[in-house]
Amino acid sequence: MTQIIENVSRRGVLKGVVATGALILAVRALPSMAAGSGLPKYQTGAGAMPHGVVTDPHVFIAIDSAGLVTIVAARAEMGTGAARTSLPMILADELEADWSRVRIVQGEGNEEKYGNQDTDGSRSVRHWLWPMRECGAAMRMMLETAAAARWGVDVSEVEATNHEVVHRSSGRRLGYGALAADAMKLPVPAKETLRFKDPAAFRYIGTGSIPVVDLFDITTGRAMYGQDVRLPGMKYAVIARPPVLNGKLVSFDATEALKVPGVEKVIEVKGWKWPAKFQPLGGVAVIARNTGAAIKGRAALKIVWDDGEHAVYDSDKYREYLMETSRKPGKTVRNEGDIDAAMSKAARVIVGEYYIPHLAHATMEPPCATAVVTADRAEIWAPLQSPGGSREDIAKTLGLPPEKVVVNETLLGGGFGRKSKCDYAQEAALLSKALGGTPVKVIWTREDDLQHGYLHTVAYERIEAAVDQNNKVIGWRHRSVAPTIWSTFMPDPKYQQPLEQSMGLIDVPFDIPNIRCEVGEAPAHTRIGWYRSVYNIPHAFAVQSFVGELAAALGKDQKEMLLELIGPPRIVDPRKSVKELWNYGEPFDSYPIDTGRLARVVELVAEKAGWGRKLPPGHGLGIAVHRSFVSYVATVVEVAVDAKGNLSIPRVDTAIDCGFHVNPERITAQCEGGAVMGLSNAKNCAITFKNGRVQQTNYNTYPVVRISEAPKVTNVYIVPASIDVPPSGVGEPPVPPFAPALCNAIFAATGKRIRSLPIGNQLAT
Amino acid sequence: MITLRVNGQEQSFDGDPSLPLLWYLRDELGLTGSKYGCGEGLCGACTVHLDGQAVRSCTVLMSDAAGKSVVTIEGLDPRGNHPVQRAWRALGVPQCGFCQAGQIMQAAALLATKPNPTDEEINVAMDGNICRCGCYQRIQAAVRMAATGV
Ligand code: FES
Ligand code: FES
Repeated sequence: MTQIIENVSRRGVLKGVVATGALILAVRALPSMAAGSGLPKYQTGAGAMPHGVVTDPHVFIAIDSAGLVTIVAARAEMGTGAARTSLPMILADELEADWSRVRIVQGEGNEEKYGNQDTDGSRSVRHWLWPMRECGAAMRMMLETAAAARWGVDVSEVEATNHEVVHRSSGRRLGYGALAADAMKLPVPAKETLRFKDPAAFRYIGTGSIPVVDLFDITTGRAMYGQDVRLPGMKYAVIARPPVLNGKLVSFDATEALKVPGVEKVIEVKGWKWPAKFQPLGGVAVIARNTGAAIKGRAALKIVWDDGEHAVYDSDKYREYLMETSRKPGKTVRNEGDIDAAMSKAARVIVGEYYIPHLAHATMEPPCATAVVTADRAEIWAPLQSPGGSREDIAKTLGLPPEKVVVNETLLGGGFGRKSKCDYAQEAALLSKALGGTPVKVIWTREDDLQHGYLHTVAYERIEAAVDQNNKVIGWRHRSVAPTIWSTFMPDPKYQQPLEQSMGLIDVPFDIPNIRCEVGEAPAHTRIGWYRSVYNIPHAFAVQSFVGELAAALGKDQKEMLLELIGPPRIVDPRKSVKELWNYGEPFDSYPIDTGRLARVVELVAEKAGWGRKLPPGHGLGIAVHRSFVSYVATVVEVAVDAKGNLSIPRVDTAIDCGFHVNPERITAQCEGGAVMGLSNAKNCAITFKNGRVQQTNYNTYPVVRISEAPKVTNVYIVPASIDVPPSGVGEPPVPPFAPALCNAIFAATGKRIRSLPIGNQLAT
Repeated sequence: MITLRVNGQEQSFDGDPSLPLLWYLRDELGLTGSKYGCGEGLCGACTVHLDGQAVRSCTVLMSDAAGKSVVTIEGLDPRGNHPVQRAWRALGVPQCGFCQAGQIMQAAALLATKPNPTDEEINVAMDGNICRCGCYQRIQAAVRMAATGV
């Protein structure tokens, strides 16, 4: 089934967005890709993703005889706007379609058909800009060919423009609707023959004028999220899961639960022993007529668990362990020059240690899924970041061939990496199967979400800098100790893996002759997953806070210190001294580590933020920059700390260089939201364990930022780039620089250095 | 038997009187615009109007709603054109959108009693509504726009 969400004719135009903070620096790109010129001049990692990309216009485009153009959105829409607005908009622009006559349908999970659908890693636009252009260009040329044939003229005499094809000399016109049937029968033009639009002629790309396609439905409550799926005869389920990882169910007593009005059944759900990728944790499910009854029934269950080995997990003790480990030599993962010699000849050694706790995704919509599973067929409705991959996982669990599993993708009420892991959809599938094909919706409560997630790692970072007598940094040793995501997929390797190391540890772009990066052993005691910007969070927090510490110790300005460490414009290639550098899945040549671009966003944001400006007492400015997901983001935070130590954020300025940009309005939104999430990460949020159990239960104990605490204004500056500059990530890169910029600002305001997150009451006086 | 009005229509419910209103609206009536985000009155995703007041429907029991009038996001304006909804669209407020029905219901209730709130009053009124995507800056601006018609 393809979910159709109708939007035609309700489109408005964004009005005041520019006034809310966006400032697009770009004038239109120069017309570098005149029609007739070919494909991009760079490679991306798109083809290396499972199932790669698909460029067949028949897969993504349908045009009816009335001229309504239907475009399939095949990736997950979780709020960036990329899947359902930006990618279809690229296609529509290249097709010369009139956006008001375009509707979007959501594709089901099927990577053979649509290519890779795994919507994480901030890669939708960078992997799909050109495939979407190819689809649009091919179909546009097919429409032109059909019109030329109809008129009996050469195709060079006709031109597609705004939903119709025009014969230039005679002025004859035929709408796309009238041409669709003929065009669809034509062979798809070969890739090398495609003629692309001149970027100067883009109607939608780069303008930021197109609202997200679900805007009307979101504001009227009609938008369909996973939580909102309803099927005839559907039952509602909540599950009591083992409170400790790998805990086992010993026994349960459902007597009281079954007395709760509306509760119909209580059954055991199969669980897998960790590590088990995205398999369910298992437990006891309460099946009811509505969610409220199921929740109440679950509270009445009496369950005996055998906690097992991870009951030892205690965050206070684990922190001590991480700290001690960070003070001993670890495994060297990057080594340049001679760090030991640099340390011994240093005039000063400056040390910084930083702690960053587990974090939870806490997507506004907790995990949820609906399933109908019979002996030989399964159908799922769920908010999944990877609908195609989830289909394969579910098929495997059920022992069905993937063709027998239909995964209908809903909107996601937030993703942030949590919904890449389809354990909740597998739970629904197993329950429906156990109930003989009854439709079942599994709802995770907020408590479930915080206590049984795939948490962001917990990290201890120690950096030592050797400084010579001229106050120049000549040595850099960074030890990072954090459990690895790999512990979710295989017997725990207990060390950060190259992919994780490459997020801000071994790719440190500083101009220092002696660099050594090490990782320490850190066993996992809970499910570790990826969370918006992933290991960049601890690495960037440590590195960029430490730059602030160096500036203070050496009596330099933060920004000048940062630029000094970044050094002259050049390509930094850590592969010389690193076994494996993960470049966010992209070829290094197309997406090198370019210190010129890094420094440019620093200069840009400093200029726009009025770096060095006079501030009221109690205020301070902090700066940080970080490259992640092959984009460059620099942030300046202005903080105000009152006499009691309460902090507020009058202003944030963020500069992003994400290469060619398709939808600047949504880039701005992601940077605004990234600042808020960065603040949540820094301010009060932490998941902690005692006796192997998560101690937080809901938003009262996991207090994400509310409107009164949020930055008052976040100004966003997007570095202009022509279409020849490869596009890069947007969803995640705004997050990593925020927390260190904030803590650098706090230091400027108060002289207090925050080395341990969350900030909590550390500023209280 | 509990009777109540929902978006102008008489409804009756013969189930558990201690059922939170949210689940009655969502699971029994199929009005899924009001969302579950916490179940504890902490996030505002479930906000509806009960006799004109913004309430967290996850903490209102059916017995408390008996005889009262409930308006959900589906019933806020027959064409979805309440000034708050229009402002939300003009400023492109939503990201994932999941919190937005609650935000809009909260903002509409605020403006019904305080047509011209200060920034501080907006913060106070909207502080119970979490947006994990972090659309707060635009929420502020949109409430102001809805109030002033800018
Ligand atoms: S669901 Fe009611 S306040 Fe969160
Ligand atoms: S828009 Fe996603 S939670 Fe508010």
